[in-house]
Parts: sequence; C-alpha cells; structure tokens
Amino acid sequence: MSYMRKVPNTWWLQRRPYFLFIVRELTSVAVAGYCAFLLYLLYALGEGPEAYAAAIRMMASPTSTALHAVGLLLVLYHTITWFSATPKVLVFHIGEERVPAVLIAGAHYAGWLIVSAFVAWILLTTGTPG
Amino acid sequence: MAKTMELEIFRYRPEIESEPTLQSYEVPYNEEWVVLDAINYIKDEIDGTISYRWSCRMGVCGSCGMMVNRIPRLTCAAFLKEYYPKKIRVEPLDGFPVERDLVTDMDVFVSKLTSVSPWIIRNEGEEKPVEEGTYLQTPSELAEYKQYSMCINCMLCYAACPVFALDIDFLGPAAIALGQRYNLDSRDQGRDERQEVIAGHDGIWHCTFVGECSVVCPKDVDPAGAIQRAKLSSTADYFKDLLIPWGRRK
Repeated sequence: MSYMRKVPNTWWLQRRPYFLFIVRELTSVAVAGYCAFLLYLLYALGEGPEAYAAAIRMMASPTSTALHAVGLLLVLYHTITWFSATPKVLVFHIGEERVPAVLIAGAHYAGWLIVSAFVAWILLTTGTPG
Repeated sequence: MAKTMELEIFRYRPEIESEPTLQSYEVPYNEEWVVLDAINYIKDEIDGTISYRWSCRMGVCGSCGMMVNRIPRLTCAAFLKEYYPKKIRVEPLDGFPVERDLVTDMDVFVSKLTSVSPWIIRNEGEEKPVEEGTYLQTPSELAEYKQYSMCINCMLCYAACPVFALDIDFLGPAAIALGQRYNLDSRDQGRDERQEVIAGHDGIWHCTFVGECSVVCPKDVDPAGAIQRAKLSSTADYFKDLLIPWGRRK
C-alpha cells in the first residue's frame, strides 16, 4: 500500500523560489487595482471638471502618495519578472542558433523605455493637471 | 580521526508502520562521494533494509532522483562536499505516492507520458512506405525540438512542481515537454491529436509558471518553456479559429 504525503498549506514559505512565485502572483492584484483606479479617474473626468479636480486633490494626499509608491514597487516587480519570463515563451531560431534570451528580454525593456519616454514627453509638453 | 557525515533517510515500511519516519546514519565523508555512494554504503555496510532505485551512476538513466535537503536532485550528481559538514536529509521525490522508503510509485508518471502519444504521427495515407527510406530533416528543423528530446524521465521536474504536488492529475512538465518535442518535429502531423490532452482539462492551463521544473532539470530540457510555448500556440489556435472559422484546422 503506497503512502501519499500531504502538502502543508505553508508549502510556499518553505523554499525561496516558491515564495517569490507567490509574491509575483500577488503583484497582479496591484496591477488590477491600479487599472481600476485609472478607470475611476476616467469616470471622474466624465463627471465634469469639479469631480475631476476633487479626484486629483485626493491623489495629492500623503496616503495616496504612499499607496502609489508601494503600487509602483509591486508593478515594477511584476513587470521585471514578466519580462524575464518572456524568453521562455518567445523562442526564435536563426538557422540552428537560438536567439539569446537577453535579446528577447532586452527588446521588451526597449519597448517599455520608448512607451515611458512617450508618456513623459506628453506630460512634460502639456503640463500636469491640478 | 576520519571525517564522517550524517544522513537522515526517509523510511516507510508499510508492513511495520503506517506513517513514515526518519532514520539517521553516520557515513564516512569522502570528497569524491555523491549522495548515492553514501546510500549504497549504508545499504552495504550498515542497514541492508533500505529500498531505493539507482542504475547508471552517471546522470543518464534518471533512476536515482530523490529530494536532497528538500530539493529534487539526481543523487548520482549531488556531491557530499556540497553539503558537508551539515547533515543531509534524503526523501523520496515529492508529489508521488511512496511505495517503500525512497521508492515512489512511477505509474502516475508513465501513464501521463503515454497519454501525449510520444511518437511520430502521420496523417492517414501520408505515411511513407519503408522502401522509400527515412523522413529527411535539416539541422535547423532538428534544432527546433532537440532540447525537448533530451529528457531522461527522472521526474525531478514533477517533484519541483507545486501544482503537481497539489493536484496529481496535472499532466505535468516532462509529459508536456515530450508532447512539444513531437509537435515541433517537422516529420510529425499529430499536434491536433495531442492538443486534446495537452490543452485539455489537466493540461497546460493548470501550469502557473513557477518555473522550478526547468531549474532542477539535469538535462536543461526547460519544460517550463515548453509549457509556455504550448500555451502561446494554443491561444493562437483559438484566435485563428475565431477570426478565420472557415480555415479551421482538421
């Protein structure tokens, strides 16, 4: 008769890679949460200038700033781990040689940089509201 | 005085105990020994009742996989010096039912392997007659799948996978990588047939991409990569079927 070992509920605390995996998964909540927040800002914008100005004032509060800082760290962690994973999914060969992982991940970072630069350009040239 | 090392071995003898125990043994410390040598020493010199699997002692047969200090390793490739002077705990591979001591029930794994039809499948009527010779393949066509053909069925990837530990029905890393090995083979036409298992209820979508299967793989097969690639092509199939329903694959 074979014996089946039970998996403890704390399995994800028993090895560092498992813990980092769970952290990576949980950072998705921060990404989804911030998407919801951006939708709320859009909604406020639709409600008129006063509602939007109130939302912007709320964003300037210390609590909001702290939440944004924590959110940024979580989203950065999510993005970096996601980009590191991309070479496993996107496999290209040039002849018999596989395109190095660093190039695949690097292309994602480059794309991120370009989009960020574009957003920064819009913000700097049009000025932030509030 | 000669150096020694402590090995803690997982024991399960169903005829005398209902729960497993750990038993400690003192073995000579030899820099050139691997964990398997130490277990063989115990078996030969201290306690002949220990049960475990091993064969080639050179990382080819894939029989001697065990949990060494909670990490799945081929014990023929895990040197004592990596752990000395700390003690080493040896347990059967995680996730599998234990038959006795360090011996697991492999039937679970073998049935998963066969479920992905790991052989070249040709469409009906498209099989080449033997007298016409072999199917030719270019080096770049070989490169597409070669990595996934290096698997030695050691099951370390399963033992590293928390999804498999929590759900034994999950098809798992090695079986999916083996399915991909044939899917990516230019001579094969059986992808759609395998899809039912690979993208089915217990297939790729159970994988949450922990990635440890690829980390512990002694042959750099990268099953995690194989699974993610299978997810990507299954998603592409879905959108192709949705957007071009008249071009539906057979």
